[in-house]
Amino acid sequence: MSALNLRRLGAVARKEFIHVLRDPRALGIAIVLPMIMLMIFGYALTMDLDRVPLAIWDQSRTPQSRELVSRFEGSRYFSVVARPGSYAEAEDTLARGQTMMALVIPVEFGRRVASGRKTQVQVLTDGSDANTTTLALSYADAIVRNYSQEILVEKARRLTGRPPALPLDLRFRAWFNTDMESRIFIVPGLIAVIMMLITALLTSLTVAREWETGTMEQLISTPLRGSELILGKLAPYFAIGMVDMLLSVLAGRFLFDVPIRGSLVLLFGVSAIYLVGALSLGILISTKAKTQLLASQFAFVATFLPAFLLSGFMFDIANMPKALQAVTYLIPARYFVTFLRGLYLKGTGLAQLWPECLLMVAFGALMLSLAIRSFQKRLA
Amino acid sequence: MMETVRTQALTRRFGELVALDQLTLAVEEGEIFGLVGPDGAGKTTTMRLLTGILEPSSGEAWVDGLHAVRDAEAIKDRIGYMAQRFGLYPDLTVQENIDFYADLYEVPKAGRSERLERLLAFSNLTPFRRRLAGNLSGGMKQKLGLACALIHTPRVLFLDEPTNGVDPVSRRDFWRILYQLQQERVTIFVSTAYLDEAERCNRIGLLHQGRLMACDTVDGVKGLLKGSLLEVRCESPRRAALLLRAAKIGSVALFGDRIHVLAENADRGRSGVEAILRAEGFVCHGVDVIEPTLEDVFTSALPSGAA
Repeated sequence: MSALNLRRLGAVARKEFIHVLRDPRALGIAIVLPMIMLMIFGYALTMDLDRVPLAIWDQSRTPQSRELVSRFEGSRYFSVVARPGSYAEAEDTLARGQTMMALVIPVEFGRRVASGRKTQVQVLTDGSDANTTTLALSYADAIVRNYSQEILVEKARRLTGRPPALPLDLRFRAWFNTDMESRIFIVPGLIAVIMMLITALLTSLTVAREWETGTMEQLISTPLRGSELILGKLAPYFAIGMVDMLLSVLAGRFLFDVPIRGSLVLLFGVSAIYLVGALSLGILISTKAKTQLLASQFAFVATFLPAFLLSGFMFDIANMPKALQAVTYLIPARYFVTFLRGLYLKGTGLAQLWPECLLMVAFGALMLSLAIRSFQKRLA
Repeated sequence: MMETVRTQALTRRFGELVALDQLTLAVEEGEIFGLVGPDGAGKTTTMRLLTGILEPSSGEAWVDGLHAVRDAEAIKDRIGYMAQRFGLYPDLTVQENIDFYADLYEVPKAGRSERLERLLAFSNLTPFRRRLAGNLSGGMKQKLGLACALIHTPRVLFLDEPTNGVDPVSRRDFWRILYQLQQERVTIFVSTAYLDEAERCNRIGLLHQGRLMACDTVDGVKGLLKGSLLEVRCESPRRAALLLRAAKIGSVALFGDRIHVLAENADRGRSGVEAILRAEGFVCHGVDVIEPTLEDVFTSALPSGAA
């Protein structure tokens, strides 16, 4: 076996470029689809909870109850959308999904607060979505606690003439994502998932198409080598992949306001390595499938689902069962998600992220050699 | 004379099916050799085995002195192959397709454009060089396929049913090109299901159900037909043919409104045919001795029921 022939490789690359440029659908998948996915997931997949729709039944109608109501109204976490006049009405707003939570202030609330006696407020919630409910409850709890504390402080000040010192005071500061906005966390991971899917989907068609249309029989009767064919086919999709990466990074920066704290050179360098792996996986699928339909379906299942579910993008790997955690090590998107989050949010470089980078290099090399080796210059 | 293609008991099985059974033949340099047979006879399988894209189950083959399995890749440098199915890219132009194959075969840049112009000219594709291959007519597609297979000046050309579905004028063009190539000492191995086309070859091999039934010049193959061929013109030829077949006076085949009867002896055959038809009340317009065509050889040489 002699070395690669660059002329033949170049000829295949040029031909593939022409295929892509003359096929508007392929270009659409290559450029528009990643942007659409970024938009949909970027906006929809927010894990922040704000403006929880709330119903308030204030039976007390006193300055004290109005003070509590105004605190809910003033919070950005709640939005008061209904003022029921009975339990039935309050429950009805929950049942219809108009509200997620109902606050019921009893008749004697104002009187008891004024006289310094212990009193209760009731919260009814729609518990269908446990996570959201828990989050909303903790917001409500914080508001009520805060109000209650102020009443205590006021009372103490009236008795002693000066405000009391509270025994414990939590001062906290969030690092890396100071405003704790989930999109800053989501977008980098999303880029990793999208790149995996798009690239594998694109290349999964290329070899299968040639078998399906009969052009492969002509190709394998020439001196063209498998390695030249595979690398030549990778070239244009690599270029498209890098354009997608650039567009995603730009969209992340300017549309979603996600800052990049780490090195851009490292970002694109490692992305290139990840791309080679993902593209080669697509080709590998394509050489095995031999029909375009089968190849694209398989590529979707083999890339999107694991990248989406098991990469740590959606679900924290540390919270998964041990067996599933072991599986995540086999999913390259896991390393890219970790890498991108580290680089984007913490500005970390190779010093901390070298294990992830090394594993991505290994994945890329393995996929590429498997793709080349799985291509047979013979009819079955 | 040097043998350019040689096979020795070449066999290919697909599961239970024996697609090619013990094929042994030799093709000489500069020859147009036709592999002739109906669909499913094993023509495409033979082509694929010789071009090194399919491995034989047993037996051996050599192309231009190279072994078809051990030196498959070296063979690919020296041959041109046109698969039965159009194997070019419909979204590339005529010129882009040819350029692509020129690069795959590493045709030197120097002199390449002259060669390209010549190929385009003799395939009448020059006015269409910027047209997408997918927009060409069937005949032009085949000529483009031939141009791509010829860009590297191969020593041997393998053409798998190249004129299948091509109009008669384009077919004649196509053969004109093949004869020109023969002048340049290119060996041409062509398969066809058309018997009139087979007559254009120097030598032919008759393939049927994976077996080589005969292999000789066209006249030689016709000479395999022992006896005289009679052409019978009569009323109700279909029923008359059934009658003659039942009478077992020789091999009987219906060609349109004429009946061909292969008789051991011309005179006795003629009187026999006339007697049978008269006895059953058929009006006979004439019985003549004719030159056999390949089709006659095929219909009489092949096992009954096959043709």
